[in-house]
Amino acid sequence: MLQVSVVRKRPGFCLEATFAAPTPGIIALFGRSGSGKTTLVNIISGLLAPDAGEVRLDDQVLTDSGAGIAVAVERRRIGYVFQDARLFPHLNVAGNLRYGERRARAARQVIGFDEVVTLLGLAQLLRRRCRELSGGERQRVALGRALLAQPRLLLLDEPLASIDAARREEVLPYLEALRDQLAIPMVYVSHQFDEVLRLATHVVLLEAGRVLAQGPVNEVSLRPELQSVVGPDLVGAVLEGVVVRLDPDSGSADLAVGTGTLQVSLRDVPLGSRVRLQLLARDVILATQPVQGLSVRNALASTVTAISNDDYGAVLVRLDVGGETVLARITQNALRALNLRPGDAVWTLVKAVSTRGHAFRLAAGP
Amino acid sequence: MNGSGPAELDALRLSLEVAARSVGFSLPLAVLVAWILTRARFPGRILFDAFVHLPLVLPPVAVGYVLLILFGARGPIGGWLRSHFGIELAFTTAGAALATAVMTFPLMVRAIRLSLENVDRGLEEAARTLGAAAVDRFVSITLPLMLPGILAGAVTAFAAGLGEFGAVITFASNVPGVTRTLPLALYTAMQSPTGDALALRLAVLSLALGLLGLLAAELLVRRVRRLLGR
Repeated sequence: MLQVSVVRKRPGFCLEATFAAPTPGIIALFGRSGSGKTTLVNIISGLLAPDAGEVRLDDQVLTDSGAGIAVAVERRRIGYVFQDARLFPHLNVAGNLRYGERRARAARQVIGFDEVVTLLGLAQLLRRRCRELSGGERQRVALGRALLAQPRLLLLDEPLASIDAARREEVLPYLEALRDQLAIPMVYVSHQFDEVLRLATHVVLLEAGRVLAQGPVNEVSLRPELQSVVGPDLVGAVLEGVVVRLDPDSGSADLAVGTGTLQVSLRDVPLGSRVRLQLLARDVILATQPVQGLSVRNALASTVTAISNDDYGAVLVRLDVGGETVLARITQNALRALNLRPGDAVWTLVKAVSTRGHAFRLAAGP
Repeated sequence: MNGSGPAELDALRLSLEVAARSVGFSLPLAVLVAWILTRARFPGRILFDAFVHLPLVLPPVAVGYVLLILFGARGPIGGWLRSHFGIELAFTTAGAALATAVMTFPLMVRAIRLSLENVDRGLEEAARTLGAAAVDRFVSITLPLMLPGILAGAVTAFAAGLGEFGAVITFASNVPGVTRTLPLALYTAMQSPTGDALALRLAVLSLALGLLGLLAAELLVRRVRRLLGR
């Protein structure tokens, strides 16, 4: 359990954040730039001191301003992967990796040099100078360096922000591997919801230095506060399911979600693996009668549970689909034409291809 | 005196010795002072900064005179050094090195300070999160990254130290073979009615040494920068 409750006030910016999240797992600190994410990780690392408050990791107090406790940064054993990697320019890749390892001799070794090199695909890079590395390679080296210091918690401050979109795949699969294979808890700072969707187990939603919402990703995805951070187009329910049928020819898969099945566009996942996906509210279609002759692959019997205005001139309809909650965004005109009310039975239509790029495999199946 | 007599060789050897000893003595101190001026925040920092740079603007003779008062055989520091350690500074080679060190100190501090200011504090923070405490961080990260500046400072101070005149002649006097360095020998030769040729040779020697020193500094710094991956 990571428990943080801190206040730090500076002219022009006030951070007042409290959250608790389970460990191990990936805790995402999600919010727009300037929301206080980096300040918060700096406080957790000890690089910044809060004006008041506490930081606890499992049973250890790291900061407690009331009791006058502030464990020194170098003795916290909290790894930090900075946005700009911060590799030491006078050392080569191996030298950077060994830097943390040498200073962690006293700690119980959780992960060894060879394991890190294999896990992060660094074997070819060991003798290279840091300036010769690509952005993705730099972040992998920074990640390995932090891991070899045998951290009890790993902080990642937007590790993909300085890498162009096409090269993020040089890092993301490795982060998934760390999540699935190591028991090191991580705090992942991001302003991209797709990264949260793909990696996180728990989300803390930050806005202007305050925590708007926190909880498992699927719960936070339904919170109205999310819309003020990601905007209306990226709002949508997050669902988790298990792959029960694969159709490699069409690149689609059937997921068991709640009590029903959902056909999605997804390749390269083994049968039985857990998948998390987001159904963007604007891509979900509602029908009051069974439809025929449509290309839509999913028509799910569901019940309207709530209807709310969304501040953008449209309405957000909350639906119960086989025990799971799904959000649909429709216009005022559509709402009037269908005359929808809470309790009504409707068909929820989801195009399989609309999930492409929004569905990710979680840990390997049982 | 004819040909390349012992006067030139003595002066050259002495100049090299005095400059080397002055650099060796002042380098660690210059790193410390540069660190204090860059990183420490304390009242009177501006005054301390001005004090360190004083030799740049004072007449060298004045610096030599102050040294004579402080470090002379009867001076407060000189007397103490003499009675406790048997160290004589006034009118000795060591004294010439001290005067040279004081005069070249600001040059050295400036170069080192510049390199320290360019060290990314983020790298020190990164080292900290990896378990490195203060001294460890300084030795393993800060110092190696400052190396270009430290080398530039040392070589520049060495080259400048070869030619220090006013402070040396005032504090350490002009004793052949003991404190008569290149510029002092040159001055002496110029005072002698038959010393024209010698003076010219010494002048050319000084010029060559200075040029060599500056070139060496530049090349060294470039090589180290490349090694550091800049």
